[in-house]
Amino acid sequence: MKTVLSVEDMSVTFALHQSEVHAVREMNFSLSEGETLAVVGESGSGKSQAFLAIMGLLAKNGQAGGRAMMGDINLIGMAPRQLDTHRGKDIAMIFQDPMTSLNPTLKVKTQLSEVLVKHRGFDQRKATMAAVEMLERVGIPEPVKRANAYPHELSGGMRQRVMIAMALLCQPKILIADEPTTALDVTVQAQMLDLFKTLTDDFGTSLVLITHDLGVVAGVADRMMVMYGGRAVEKGTVDDLFYDPRHPYTLGLLHSTPHIAHRTARLDPIQGLPPSLEHLPKGCSFNPRCAFAFDRCLAERPPLADTGNGREKACFYEGPMAYGKVA
Amino acid sequence: MFGYVTRRVLSAIPIALIAVTACFFILRLAPGGPFDGERALPPTTLANLRAHYNLDLPLIQQYFIYVWRLLQGDFGPSMVYNDFTVAEMLWIGLPFTLMLGFSAFIIGTIVGLVAGALSAVNQNKWPDYVLVLLVMIGLVVPNFLMAAIMQLVFGVYLDWFPAGGWQAGSIPHLVLPITVLVLPHAGRTARLMRGSMIEVLGTNYVRTAKSKGLGQRLILARHAIKPALLPVVSYLGPGLSYLLTGSLVVEQVFALPGIGKYFISAALNRDYGLVLGTTILYMFIILAVNLLVDIIYAWLDPKVRYS
Repeated sequence: MKTVLSVEDMSVTFALHQSEVHAVREMNFSLSEGETLAVVGESGSGKSQAFLAIMGLLAKNGQAGGRAMMGDINLIGMAPRQLDTHRGKDIAMIFQDPMTSLNPTLKVKTQLSEVLVKHRGFDQRKATMAAVEMLERVGIPEPVKRANAYPHELSGGMRQRVMIAMALLCQPKILIADEPTTALDVTVQAQMLDLFKTLTDDFGTSLVLITHDLGVVAGVADRMMVMYGGRAVEKGTVDDLFYDPRHPYTLGLLHSTPHIAHRTARLDPIQGLPPSLEHLPKGCSFNPRCAFAFDRCLAERPPLADTGNGREKACFYEGPMAYGKVA
Repeated sequence: MFGYVTRRVLSAIPIALIAVTACFFILRLAPGGPFDGERALPPTTLANLRAHYNLDLPLIQQYFIYVWRLLQGDFGPSMVYNDFTVAEMLWIGLPFTLMLGFSAFIIGTIVGLVAGALSAVNQNKWPDYVLVLLVMIGLVVPNFLMAAIMQLVFGVYLDWFPAGGWQAGSIPHLVLPITVLVLPHAGRTARLMRGSMIEVLGTNYVRTAKSKGLGQRLILARHAIKPALLPVVSYLGPGLSYLLTGSLVVEQVFALPGIGKYFISAALNRDYGLVLGTTILYMFIILAVNLLVDIIYAWLDPKVRYS
């Protein structure tokens, strides 16, 4: 499989008044053509910031380091003007909140067609026609009418479909979807995931799905990367990680998700709170919440190491894991 | 859109009526009258004068007479300058005041919008600091003081522009008064524009526009300016009324022949007809501008059109 995106030793740092916060550290992964990679973690694990950095969309006080190679071009540290020749064309992004991610003062067709005018050099008429066609493709009924509507006249699910259409107009090689279903009704979520699957398959687009919802991951993703405290802690195929999690945090996440087959009265959430990135614990970042932590975890940070079969984990513990009994 | 405009126009009518009523009665609450002078008039003369201007009738009757005449476009007579009707006097001063006010309004709005937008785009860099400082000066110095400073510096010391007075068609005579009027208006507009532009530049939809690779210029022109204008446009109506009241003072300080002069002397003389006429005229101008602002607002924000 051809690699479309290769991230090497990437970091994201935010300068605060007197200190620095490392939102992402030592991130490495690659994305193959047509593949769906799920990036999973709690709020503040750095999952969104990592991809905003790749898109050049960090807040003003944010600084990205390392490399994100798309072919032989490095997206990190690229001048905005040059980045604009790739953003929206080769690599596109969909955001969490469709209610606020569309411009309320512009018609849907304007917001769609401008992408084609900019990147494909279409004239306005041709671009509008292509936009309407794409709206139909993402399952919007009466696409001509919707194209002439303003965002506030559309429902949340409809707006997220518009966002998807907008991102896919130029058939990008990479689509980054940052919690694309979080703000939607559950019934609409499932439709949206189906749509993602169909369209990315049709266009051969590689999809990065940033989410905290393991249900979403199970349905769509091929591989997943679990993040904690700004670092990847486990990587592997979705099947491997779901059926045989090797990192206590991955195990904890799986146990925090309701499962239709196991009718437990109460869920078994991970104890404690996600760490503050400014004050990460010494040793393994997860050690205060980990049921399997031993003295080495408090002193030393486990590196992300290959454990065979294309799997990686950052954990010293090698014994069996029975969740919820040990603690 | 047409329905919206019609609704707006119709809703201006009761507002106008309420304003006329309020002005009429508040003016009459003030002590004194147009014929009180240093020397008391003979009682028969006074009675004749009062009868001539209907001042001997009950107040409520006077009110209905006034409104009835007003509906026919008649502002009534001036009670002090008895050779003129109010309409004639307004007609002498109004074109000048409007020219002064609207020039300052247009220049100030444009300057304010551009300065505010530049400030926001360069937030926390030196152009922003310079502009914010200038804006603060424009805002905090009251216009009568600013007028005096301008006259002294540019009219007397530097002698670049006339310090006051008016010759028909002379632009140099207008530079200082218009500048004094422009400064606070541009300052307020710039401050609002800066704030709302900064807010808009941080919104999710501007981030979306960036993610589409549209480029800074297109993002500003198409995605940021329209929503950023919303709060500024809604300020322009009240902004014009500040400017017009300011122009009363400025006309006095620079000895300019607008209605400001009549307005102030009419208020002191209790020239009921002239004070009411001027106030009502201002009110109509402000109502008209507010109407225009509402229409621009609806054009900027599609949500407004339907509510």
